[in-house]
Parts: sequence; structure tokens; C-alpha cells
Amino acid sequence: MSVLVFAENWDGNFKKLSFELVSYAAKVAEMTGTTATALSIGQVSDDELKKLGNYGAKKIISLKSDLLKNLDSQAYTAAIAEIAQNEGAKIIVLANNNMGKSIAPRLSVRLKAAIGSGTNKLPQSIDPFVVYRKVYSGNAFAHVKLNSEIKILTLMQNSFDPVETANEASIEEREVSIDGALVKTQVKDVQKQTGKLLLTDAEIVVSGGRGMKSPDNWGPLVELADLLGAATACSRPVSDEGWRPHEEHTGQTGKIVAPNLYIAVGISGATQHLAGVSASKYIVAINSDKDAPIFEAAQYGIVGDAAKILPQLVNAVKEVKAK
Amino acid sequence: MKILVCISNVPDTTTKVKFTDNNTKLDSTGVQWVINPWDELALTRALELKDNPASGVKGVTVAHVGPASSEPTIRKALAIGADDAIRVNFEPTEAYQVATQLAEVIKNEPFDIILCGIESSDYNGSTVGSMLAEFLNAPSVSAVSGLNVENGEATITRDIDGGKETVSVQKPFVAIVQKGIAKEPRIAAMRGIMQARTKQIKVVEPVGVSPLTELIEFEPPKPRAKCIFVDAENPKQLIELLQNEAKVI
Repeated sequence: MSVLVFAENWDGNFKKLSFELVSYAAKVAEMTGTTATALSIGQVSDDELKKLGNYGAKKIISLKSDLLKNLDSQAYTAAIAEIAQNEGAKIIVLANNNMGKSIAPRLSVRLKAAIGSGTNKLPQSIDPFVVYRKVYSGNAFAHVKLNSEIKILTLMQNSFDPVETANEASIEEREVSIDGALVKTQVKDVQKQTGKLLLTDAEIVVSGGRGMKSPDNWGPLVELADLLGAATACSRPVSDEGWRPHEEHTGQTGKIVAPNLYIAVGISGATQHLAGVSASKYIVAINSDKDAPIFEAAQYGIVGDAAKILPQLVNAVKEVKAK
Repeated sequence: MKILVCISNVPDTTTKVKFTDNNTKLDSTGVQWVINPWDELALTRALELKDNPASGVKGVTVAHVGPASSEPTIRKALAIGADDAIRVNFEPTEAYQVATQLAEVIKNEPFDIILCGIESSDYNGSTVGSMLAEFLNAPSVSAVSGLNVENGEATITRDIDGGKETVSVQKPFVAIVQKGIAKEPRIAAMRGIMQARTKQIKVVEPVGVSPLTELIEFEPPKPRAKCIFVDAENPKQLIELLQNEAKVI
């Protein structure tokens, strides 16, 4: 019996999300009186694998099969299910990201395991096993009981702080019995943006809406983001108008983000926008309309014209940085 | 070549969400029910493909798991342009049940491409599409933001962290689609609404399936603390608050 956590890597490296997952799994393992085993798929060095131990994994299993080079949902599901069964895992933890969403539900069917998807907290109780998750696009939460012997949890990004612990973990390289005929997905081309902070990874996000008035006015917003080490984002009308790229659209139908700080500039705060950003720890709103709904979701606000306020914020951050 | 689009019936996204029965049921008073936004985009893309003779797509069917009261939403899908519809007469409480019922439908009537929205705007589980694929032992591709079909061969664009991948996959497959798959949802025209009245909704009886999860209760979001306003003449104070009070910069 153990808690199995799938730690995804990015070109052979783990990132904060991987450590959040392992720390979360270690804590769930502690709650259930067992230990966490981390599973890595792909070419990851031992030095990198060891890092998972620093966040509480007692055992690290590494699969390096070429058949798992690209994400094929069936092959990945077969591999993770096989490891879960060999390890007698009763709880499996994955990220609630593109990768996790493409595997966790398949594992659920294969192992007849109830899934608590998109949870942002530790289980509320172990017996019965109750998880807490967002529903109605952030307009409510649900307490859901998982009734199967094996349980699957997918964790929201940036919802659990990684905890470093002194720990010696063993690393085991394993093989799994995947049939090559199972791999039915062929990757023909990859287009990656490099060197840019990913919106979903950012701890601070500066986002602009229609109140920015023109695509030409983004200069100070981008400057503020750069100074804060933040990613830039936008509301749906802005991406629909082509003022900013679609990858920046945050909201219900765009990217769902949960940074520590979300600065909404010239965004009125329609329900659909808030659905994508309401899990942010702090929301700051800058809007010329004092009755804009964004102020109901924000902890800090300024009523005023973005074009006047942004340059002043840029200067203020520069002053703070100079100190 | 036939496409099946799985649709969910959800409260309009602007609904003020309230609960009844000790917070165990959605208060449906005054709620407008609509096609789940991502499913609507999936349907739009399926119809765009069917409109292009070079695609080889000959028919678009929608499937829904729900009681008779969800038929207006199915009719809307037919009015937008789906050729016919299948409704499994079952009121599910969770995704595993929905996927089980959909899998039965497809085992009895095969499709080449099955489209599901990435999530439903009510339960936000992101699970039905991949569960369905596993039940069918078919490949699935998630986070799909582009789908092209030429002479029956599909090319898929999927989002990965910080980029996109172009992939091909063996048919039949399940594509779980998100933003980008179609620009704007197609709107029903009067002609479509008239035609929808005579299109067939095939009602099938469900198979028995126990849920794996159980809802204990809903909880309305906690009211946020009141917004602290900073004078527009002194934005510097905001940076000080973020640094010293919130400690986030």
C-alpha cells in the first residue's frame, strides 16, 4: 500500500508543480499511514530524480521506455496502472493539467477508481474519503465522497505549497510491459515558445481588458509585468479582437490560473472571466468604473484610468526595487 | 465517415448559482439551460467539417445522457445543424455514469470520431471524454485546439505546456476539445429551428451502473473581504500594500 504520485517532467526537468504534487502526496500518505512513491516517465537524470525525494517521496520509480517518449493516453495509462498495481497503490495523485486530465480519467475506468478531480486541498477526511473541489466554474465548491477501494486525485496547480524535508529516497529504474501496438498517437510536429514564463506557472499575472482601449497601450502593462517577474494575460474580448495572442486569454473558456497575485487592468470582471481567475490568492483591480464587478472579487482596487495609473505603478515598483 | 458530439446540458454561464435541500441540489428556479460551451464549439467544428466535401465527413450526431427535460437543449443542437440525436434516458449523478452510458451507445452504433468538450461548466471534472475512450479501448487526445479532416484522415493540434503539438491518431478516436477548435459557436437560423422539429431524437434506455462518487454537499464561495481602495492620485500606496500587507511582491 502506498500513495503513487505521477511527477511529470519538462525536457528532463521537474518544476515547482512537480514538487507541489510530491509534497501533497507525501502529506496524503502521512494522513493514511503510508508512504509516497513518485513515478517519473521519460529521460530524467538521477540527480533530477533525487529532487523528488527532497519533497517527501520515499521511493522514486523511473520509466524510460522509448514507447513513452510522447504522450499517448493509452500507453501512459497502461504504464501507470501497471506500476500502481505492482506497488499496491490505493491513492494515485496527478496534476490537474493537460497531462493529468488526459490520463487520470482513463486510470479511473481501468482501475475502477473514483476520481476527485481538480482538488485544491488535502482530503477533508480519510474514512470516509472526502475531497473538496471547485464546481460551477468557481461559483461554488463541493464535498465529494470517493467510494472505491482505489482513489485518484488531481491537484490544481499552485494550490499546495511544496515542503522540503530531509529524506533519503531510493531510485528504481523499471520496465513496463507495454505493447508497441498500443501506441496510436503519432506526434508530427512540435511548436514550443521558449524563454517565456508560462501563464499557468506564473506567481504574478498582469492582465489587460477592454479598458486598455487599444492594442497600442500595452507598453506600460508589459513593463510592469517584467518588473514584477509576472506573466501577461488578457480578457476574452481582447484576444477575440486580436489585440493580444489567444494563449493569453484567461477566463472560463481560456486558461484557468491561480497565481498569488492577479492584477486586472481595465477588466470589468464578467462571471466568465472571474471563473478563470477566482482561485488567485490576491486580486487587484484597476478600472475606471467604480461599480465594475471586478471590485467585488478584488482585495485591492484603484478607480481610475489605466493609461494614467499604469506608468505610476511602473515608477513605484522601480523605486521599491531600487531600495 | 460519421462524427458523434457528446453534449451536456448546463446552466447558462451567467447563472447566479444557488442551492436547495440543505445545499445538496442546484436551485433551478429561473435557470436557463444551454449546451455546455465547449460541447457547442465541438459541434460547430463537426458541422464545419461536414460542410467541406473534401473532409469525407457525412454525418454529425449528438448524444446526451439525461432525462426528457433536457430535450430542448438537444433540439437546439439539431437546430444548429446536427443530423440526428441520441438521448440515453438516465439522470446521472457523476461522470463515470455518463461515460458508461455513452460507451454503450457507441458500442451499438460505431462512430469514426467522437468529440467531447474539455469540461462541463457545472461540474468542471474534465473526465467524461477520457473515461469514454477507456471504456471503448480507443485512443484519446486531450486539450485539442484544432481538428482537420481530409478524405477521412484527421490531423489534430493539441496544447501542451508552453506550446502545441500536431498529432495523428488511429480511428476511431475521442478528441477532447477546448478553446480554438472553432472560432464562435454556430447559431441556429430560423430554417434550422424549423428543420429541427422533424429531426429524430432516438431515446435509448440506460444500462445499470453504480456511481463511484457521491456528493455530500455544495458550499457557496466564501464572501471575499471588502475591496480596499487606493486613491487614484497615489497608486504608489498599492505597491506598498502588496509588498507589506499582502506580501506578494
